[in-house]
Amino acid sequence: MTRINLTVDGQSVADDVEPRMLLVQYLREKLGKTGTVIGCDTSNCGACTVHLNGRSVKSCNVLAVQADGGEVTTIEGLAGEDGALHPVQEAFRECHGLQCGFCTPGMIMQTVDLLAENPSPSEEAIRLGLEGNLCRCTGYHNIVRAVQHAAGTTEGASA
Amino acid sequence: MTATQEPTQGEIGRDRRRKEDQRLITGRTRWTDNITLPGMLHLAMVRSPFPHARITGIDTSAAKAGTNVVAVYTGADLGESQGACINAWPVVPDQVTPAHLPMPSDRVAFAGETVAVVVARSAAEARDAAELVEVDYEELPAALDLKESAEAHTNGGALAHPDLGTNVSAVWRFDSAEAGTGGDVEQAIAEARQDGIVIEREYRQQRLIPAFMEPRSVVVDPTGEQITMWSATQVPHILRFALAATTGVPESKIRVIAPDVGGGFGGKLQQTPEEMIAFAVARKLGKPVKFTETRSESLLTAHHGRDQWQRLTLAATKDGHVTGLKVDLLADLGAYVAIVGGGVPVLGAFMFNAIYKFPAYQFQTTNVLTNKTWTDAYRGAGRPEATFAIERLMDELANELGKDPLEVREMNWIKHEEFPFTTVAGLEYDSGNYEAATARAKEMFGYDALRAEQAERRSRGDKVQLGIGVSTFTEMCGLAPSRVLGSLNYGAGGWEHAEVRMLPTGKVEVVTGASAHGQGHETAFSQIVADRLGVPFEDVEVLHGDTQISHKGLDTYGSRSLVVGGEALVRAVDKVIEKAKPVAAHLLEASADDLEFSGGRFSVRGTDQGMAITEIATAVFAAHNLPDGVEASIDSEATYDPVNFNYPHGTHLCAVEVDTETGQVRMRKYACCDDIGNVINPLIVSGQVHGGLVQGIAQALWEEAVYDENGTLVTGSFVDYLLPTAADTISFDLDHTTSPATTNSLGTKGVGEAGTIASTPAVVNAVVDALRPYGVHDVAMPCTPERVWRAINTGGSGGETTEAAAPHFDESEGAAQ
Repeated sequence: MTRINLTVDGQSVADDVEPRMLLVQYLREKLGKTGTVIGCDTSNCGACTVHLNGRSVKSCNVLAVQADGGEVTTIEGLAGEDGALHPVQEAFRECHGLQCGFCTPGMIMQTVDLLAENPSPSEEAIRLGLEGNLCRCTGYHNIVRAVQHAAGTTEGASA
Repeated sequence: MTATQEPTQGEIGRDRRRKEDQRLITGRTRWTDNITLPGMLHLAMVRSPFPHARITGIDTSAAKAGTNVVAVYTGADLGESQGACINAWPVVPDQVTPAHLPMPSDRVAFAGETVAVVVARSAAEARDAAELVEVDYEELPAALDLKESAEAHTNGGALAHPDLGTNVSAVWRFDSAEAGTGGDVEQAIAEARQDGIVIEREYRQQRLIPAFMEPRSVVVDPTGEQITMWSATQVPHILRFALAATTGVPESKIRVIAPDVGGGFGGKLQQTPEEMIAFAVARKLGKPVKFTETRSESLLTAHHGRDQWQRLTLAATKDGHVTGLKVDLLADLGAYVAIVGGGVPVLGAFMFNAIYKFPAYQFQTTNVLTNKTWTDAYRGAGRPEATFAIERLMDELANELGKDPLEVREMNWIKHEEFPFTTVAGLEYDSGNYEAATARAKEMFGYDALRAEQAERRSRGDKVQLGIGVSTFTEMCGLAPSRVLGSLNYGAGGWEHAEVRMLPTGKVEVVTGASAHGQGHETAFSQIVADRLGVPFEDVEVLHGDTQISHKGLDTYGSRSLVVGGEALVRAVDKVIEKAKPVAAHLLEASADDLEFSGGRFSVRGTDQGMAITEIATAVFAAHNLPDGVEASIDSEATYDPVNFNYPHGTHLCAVEVDTETGQVRMRKYACCDDIGNVINPLIVSGQVHGGLVQGIAQALWEEAVYDENGTLVTGSFVDYLLPTAADTISFDLDHTTSPATTNSLGTKGVGEAGTIASTPAVVNAVVDALRPYGVHDVAMPCTPERVWRAINTGGSGGETTEAAAPHFDESEGAAQ
């Protein structure tokens, strides 16, 4: 067991973890942060995407011990303390960028990172920027619209 | 997409944002794997690496000694307590159906089948110990190739289940001459050979994996009076029935809950071995247990879809009027006959004739057992296979005639004024307008301009060729009229149940037997109820997916939830209004005959007196002043059994650019105009179409479940099973024409599967169209760069479909190719 100290969604936490424990397992099993989900075991799907020290990571691809001393933001910590949705969360709802919602936490966290890097991405840049996140429901069409909406580059949902 | 249906004053037709989304975008979702119960134990499965083998010994001692391991069970340990996996649809009375134990103790029939289960205090410890279970196998010859397996009983080939003596599970046939719905197909083909056109083709429907994003998970809590199972399932009601029917536990002692479920696409309509094993282990130990599969386990053992060989003969007159269609399928069931199983190809039987007026038709499927993962419904279930075949053939016919593929289709399709139309397969299509949908699709697509560009590129020998693909699909959905299911020997009905509860505070609880897993029922059903009952959208709460709340239902698949479940809801709401009426009359001191109901209020005709239905709900709750003999409830329920399927249709047009030097296919444009009748929520509909399109396009271009010669699934992870990403896909142009269904009061048709059914042939037709100048008439799916390149350079299909002519082909006279 290894002792780790980190901040998750603004809360300081400390635990003894097995060295092999993945960050996503730590978040789900130790902290009950079940908003972050596991969709594969080969780091292809991106459903487990969170922010570690301000950048998106696939939390199935990071050991919990690697996050020691770090700052983690999950989908559960994205909205404001008053419950106000993050603009990207709002955009996904507005543009019907989700159906079953399983990929959504990862998709949203990746989008936040993508827009931080490139606030006005082209459609192609959005599509390439989300390439590491799989969705089986939406065909990506409305996810792309949601990202454009959040970036202010489109009017949003087309119905 | 621009909806032609403008939002009305009411809720129906309005692009409401979804009620479901708040919890989903904030991570406050209840997926099954999120559930943790006190003292909960975790399961790990020990799975066979061999496709077919006798189990000669299992040593669990090392595993039992593992850290925090509570128990290790084999099939022999669980015995009859594990129940059985059922087949609900024996398609013929003498169907050959192997017994399917969740965990066999003597023989495994596919790689991935569970042979032992480890129970431990954590999932990681369970998996560690699973590695320590020693299983001795004696390998048996495996039935792997579909065509070879179909012949095994005649030539001593490998049998998937040696005791059965054959791999052929069933041969199911429909013949229009025998059924009295049309002429003799053999005669039509013979005449066409003399003086017409005969198109003979063999197409491959590759094996696919539904690949829902949420891996399957099951939690069983045996404490308390009822045993509760949470499962990532599309079918909580059917699962509860199957648990009770095969374990002997009374149905009333079982509660099944499908909490938030992360996609299904048919892949979660199974009664799974893992659910049965978890149920048995929880009962045995008296403790809550959880099993969540890894993605590899999911790809390996959750049921697969499609997997057919299609032998097709189309007869037509010299000028291109179709005269007959003969379909001969081989369908791979995998190792067991799944819950729908052999019914999947049979669902396609009524759809090969599609929108065309074939005077003669014959369909036969031979359902074959192999030592591979079992197959069952995958989005479209039988209908994508049929649509692919007929839409590819119509393009081939057009090519043979040298005509535009849309022109040949129009020559043969059912004209708008001919509806309702009884098809050669015996179905009555209630409504449709193929002309209007096609005209709109062409306009959005810029059909003529793209044809001109194609001609220009061809004439200058551009290395990147443009192809245009057409698919004018229809489908049957809204499964299903119970009498029809009965006549097909299906084991259940096709009705749906709904209940409306009028709460004393004015809120409304709606209970549906449909079980959503991403479709947005909570939103769309709220709109229906709000509109009809005249209450605010926000005041309607939709409850589903828990057999103690929704005690009756047949769940969600086959594009049925709106057209069957929605209609049940309409009828339950109407009953509420009827029950409220005498109460309203009493309270308003008026005659019931003088009341009218509108906008949520009963009003007395000709006066300004009135009362809201929510006020009546409060008065009924108090029950202080009810008319004599009236019960103190206006809650109502309804069970609706559809009188017919319904028949969405649409015209899909796809343009692809094919790099003839590399074989790379790039999507250029995709436009479709679907007619799904009246639309409840255009935003949800657009999402269903977009997602459906990409699943169908993925079959055309990317996805295939591949087994090697040892029966090992080599596409057992997302590294190898190629799900499309955002970077592989494009944005789509959608629109709708509206021919309301005449068989339900909302005038709706199903949309869940339409995109998938339509898009696959549109894409392949586009790829083939691009390559016509190179003498290419087919490219096998998925149309990978390698296959496309080979097709260009050999003139064949670039893959397996070049082999083996069908037995009813006369090679010397076959037209084309």
